[in-house]
Amino acid sequence: MPDPILKLEGVYTNIAQYHILQGVDLEVPRGAVTMLLGRNGVGKTTTLRTIIGHWRAHKGRILLDGTDITSMPTPAIARAGVGFVPEDMGIFSDLTVEENMVLAAVSGPIDSARLDWIFAAFPPLKTFWKSEAGNLSGGQKQMLSIARVMAEERQLYLIDEPTKGLAPAIISTMAKALKDLKDQGASILLVEQNFAVAKALGDSANVMDDGRMIWSGEMQQLATDAELQERLMGLSLEAH
Amino acid sequence: MQAVLSGDMPRSKILALILAGILICLALAPFLFPGVRTVDTAARICVFIVLVASYDLLLGYGGIVSFAHTMFFGIGAYGVALASTHMGRGFDAIAVGAAAGALVAAALALIIGLFSLRVRAIFFAMITLAVASAVAVLVSQLSGLTGGEDGLTFKTPRELGPAFKFGDKLFGVKLNGKLLAYYFVFFGALILFLGLLRVVNSPFGRVLQAIRENDFRAEAIGYRVVFYRVAATCLSAAVAALAGSLYAVWLRYVGPDTTLSMEIMIDILLMVVIGGMGTMYGAVIGATLFVLAQNYLQNLMGAASGLVEGVPILPELLSADRWLLWLGVLFILSVYFFPTGVVGRLRQGN
Repeated sequence: MPDPILKLEGVYTNIAQYHILQGVDLEVPRGAVTMLLGRNGVGKTTTLRTIIGHWRAHKGRILLDGTDITSMPTPAIARAGVGFVPEDMGIFSDLTVEENMVLAAVSGPIDSARLDWIFAAFPPLKTFWKSEAGNLSGGQKQMLSIARVMAEERQLYLIDEPTKGLAPAIISTMAKALKDLKDQGASILLVEQNFAVAKALGDSANVMDDGRMIWSGEMQQLATDAELQERLMGLSLEAH
Repeated sequence: MQAVLSGDMPRSKILALILAGILICLALAPFLFPGVRTVDTAARICVFIVLVASYDLLLGYGGIVSFAHTMFFGIGAYGVALASTHMGRGFDAIAVGAAAGALVAAALALIIGLFSLRVRAIFFAMITLAVASAVAVLVSQLSGLTGGEDGLTFKTPRELGPAFKFGDKLFGVKLNGKLLAYYFVFFGALILFLGLLRVVNSPFGRVLQAIRENDFRAEAIGYRVVFYRVAATCLSAAVAALAGSLYAVWLRYVGPDTTLSMEIMIDILLMVVIGGMGTMYGAVIGATLFVLAQNYLQNLMGAASGLVEGVPILPELLSADRWLLWLGVLFILSVYFFPTGVVGRLRQGN
């Protein structure tokens, strides 16, 4: 495998007295979508939050393009080119859609071609450009959350359950936007519970259980092996 | 108009009318409401608009609770008083005192911020409370320098004193230094307010709002939360100190009760809540309503009590001595009916 954009080596993360990550090893290849799968509460979100620096790794190393970012502050990790879409969207409700987008582009004004691409992927954002983000629907808020991370080119995109709780029509819009991002050669680490989306987007997959990585391989292999899915995640994803 | 207001329009016709009304009344106060007390009330409104707006930069835009805002206000006021006392009356003393006050306030805010804002915003509130109390005690103890509990009376430039005449009368109003002093305060407050409006509508202000809503998300985008919070604290402290300087120029006196007391701090909090947090215009409405109530509610109630004389209970209830009780009731009602403040309610209604 070529040099990965992100590498986690034996990462342990504790939150208060809880040992959430217990030696996570993970490699995210460049220009591909890496799925992070597993049941609820196994440490997927904590893995993403440890990478972005919200939670500190107590042991182990996190390397971004060969640079150790384990103890870097969150803003420095973000400015190093890591874009993060949290599970709760984290939009700024009191600001307008435009202001949310402007804030997301930390290195300067958003390139107009890029903005056109974002509007094409998420047309409601153009419609509600001057509206307060808090007035958007749930799906539109998720669109804004993804669009913010797309406002600039990043080395790596960390995206946590982008289709959670969304209507099917919005899910397909979201999946198409992520496919666009992938086709542009972006490196993405994606936590996703919707198997159809995971199968359509994922190049490789990593399955977690109890704070550890228990399986890594091709997404295609996992998608076609119901027995493997049952063994790793306790259910067949096709039936999910 | 868009440029003057930094693109932050009132967004409600009623609000625009009220703001325009307040601006006109304050701009023409000495001519519309001639009289020592009315002009003094207008000057206090001007000063408190700036003070409350600077506090709103912290609380409403940055989500930071501070109990040291009157301390910064007092530092500015004492800066002008001490400079005028030691340098002699003059605009140079006012300038030096105001600049020194703003710098000291910003430096103190920087130290407090760096010590407490790195951890959690609640520690900032606790530390500001402790520091403000310590400074208030210090000011009353250092009587040789600050005048202690008696405060300091000082001389402002002759041009700002009642003895200075620059004409006879205009619309029945004497053209003297007191009129100039009022406009010194009015234009000083106007410039500071428009400056704050510019700050909150700048990228810096937007980042502050983002931090207030979701500090982790702001960090994950790449903004250093501590830097922005500390910068807002310093700026807010400096503007509060400048408001204090204006107040000192107007009163020609500073004392712990007029500039440093916890009572003023509570008044500021009430003004921010009544007007509406996170809206600079809330400071205008909140300060105007509150200062007017403070100055005229007692009179109004005395008159109302006289009108209902003979009716059981009512005269007692409306007795002028109970004005603080009614001020409290008005505050509770305003919070109940306008949870987002007067400005928030008017904008929602739009």
